[in-house]
Amino acid sequence: MNKKIINVSNLSKSFDISSKQPGLKGTLKHFFKREIKSIEVIKSINFEIKEGEIVGFLGANGAGKTTILKMLCGLIYPSEGEIIVSDHLPYKRRASFLKKITLIMGQKQQLIWDLPPIESFNLNAAIYDIDKFEAKKRIKKLSNMLEIENELYIPVRKLSLGQRMKAELLAALIHKPNILFLDEPTLGLDINAQRNLRKFLQIYNKETNATICLTSHYMKDITSLCKRVICIHEGSITYDGKLDKLLKKFSPEKDITITCRTYKDVEKLSNSGLIIKNRNQKEITLTIKKDEIKFILKEILNKYDIEDLFINEPPIDEIIGEVLVNKIL
Amino acid sequence: MSNLNRNKLITLLKVQYSNMLEYRVEIALWAISGIIPFFMLNIWTNNNLNESINMSNIMLSRYFLSAFFVRQFSVVWVVFTFEEDALLGKISPYLIQPLNPFFRYFAQHIAEQITRLPFAIIIAIIFFLVNPESIWIPSLSIFLLSSISTFFSFLIQFLIQSIISCLCFWTEKASSIERLLFIPTLFLSGLLAPVISFPDYVKSWIYITPFPYLIDFPANLLAGNMTNVISGFIMQIFWILILFPLFKRIWFLGTKKYTAMGS
Repeated sequence: MNKKIINVSNLSKSFDISSKQPGLKGTLKHFFKREIKSIEVIKSINFEIKEGEIVGFLGANGAGKTTILKMLCGLIYPSEGEIIVSDHLPYKRRASFLKKITLIMGQKQQLIWDLPPIESFNLNAAIYDIDKFEAKKRIKKLSNMLEIENELYIPVRKLSLGQRMKAELLAALIHKPNILFLDEPTLGLDINAQRNLRKFLQIYNKETNATICLTSHYMKDITSLCKRVICIHEGSITYDGKLDKLLKKFSPEKDITITCRTYKDVEKLSNSGLIIKNRNQKEITLTIKKDEIKFILKEILNKYDIEDLFINEPPIDEIIGEVLVNKIL
Repeated sequence: MSNLNRNKLITLLKVQYSNMLEYRVEIALWAISGIIPFFMLNIWTNNNLNESINMSNIMLSRYFLSAFFVRQFSVVWVVFTFEEDALLGKISPYLIQPLNPFFRYFAQHIAEQITRLPFAIIIAIIFFLVNPESIWIPSLSIFLLSSISTFFSFLIQFLIQSIISCLCFWTEKASSIERLLFIPTLFLSGLLAPVISFPDYVKSWIYITPFPYLIDFPANLLAGNMTNVISGFIMQIFWILILFPLFKRIWFLGTKKYTAMGS
């Protein structure tokens, strides 16, 4: 059984924010006396993560996902509560802790813009006290896995976004961290680049048993990488558990697209009392409860002359969106 | 504060030097823009102001050329870079690496100084061609001592600006404070005039501030002018020892307040 690597209890974080009324009066008032408000962005949350787990943090913009990741990696101090990551208090930023973790932010880069990525890799290797021979070996292996061997000597500014993201990943993994914090790692990447990155993370997790905490607005990232998700809404955890269970709970229906041979059958099906989602010439899409599918399909096949039939899985984005927007947990 | 070892320092310097070479034209322009001391020399000699402080034209020429060199190798701009990086959240990846991000800025400055060197030498050669009577070659010991004092001057300025930089964890626009400090630095450091030329009431207190040790002391040392070497070095070390723990404390408190904005 894998041991606990992250333990968060009663964690809260507040930020002081000054607000300003519009107009000249508001500006003058703001100049002489600032109104500072303390906003609690994370509200006493608790969770544990085991070694080797890949956990997705889901939530709308501003829900607090990134703030949680920043506290887990020690970038910002918690206001209250306790975080233990790999037996360390992250905010103390001890070198022994920092050598075990990495943070990758899709919209932030650490590579030196005007130099080829190899220079940043060598620099990171020195910062993490990796000897030259070992660093060379790791760069070769990771660049091979990420398929960027040919881009190592091209200035970063000349690389495409996808190539740059791969290089960022290599720079962040050169010290073999066993905990990865990934904040929107596929942001702005095309579909192929997103798929490659996900594939790489799966392999990395399998080979090294690294723990991965991930936030992403691309549901494909979550569904293909995470078995477990933590849903955050206004700084509180609204769901913590298996992704499958969440999907089952919130998608009790399936869409079935049926192509009839005649218009007459389409008309009959339309008036059969079933829920019609869409109708287009000889094609009709019905929404059917999962536990009634077998029975209803049997009846349809007996009664109507069917040319083709297709069962659609409900779009996961819509389900998660529903969960996050309507807070229906 | 995470430690810097030899390997980290050498790699940092190598990488930052490669990076600075990408900006060689910009650095050349910066080097040329540092010729204020030559303008000041012109004003002093054309108005015979040197006579009032018992300095010959040659001594004054050497002083201002030395001031130019000291300035070239002690210019600090960390506050502007750090402020931008902190406000845009660019320092976030560096904060979770086992090396204090200020070492990166420190290496950038040293790398820039190395890049400036050939341009500074060219400017000095031109100066000597125009003023051949000012040519002098300092002894090795004087050269070494003045190099050390220039490095100390750089350290003092780097620490002062780093402390101011850390204020951006609270004020967000820390560079405004630096601009405020720029005026006394300009006038009291010896960049516009040797400190010896200042009125007696200014000289009575100026030597307990760090300013004369930024340009005046190392420049006089390099030019071979009269200066109290021991007290100069003692004061430079004194200020470094005051500023370094202050920086460490303010860095510790500042990073506690860091909100990783923009990321």
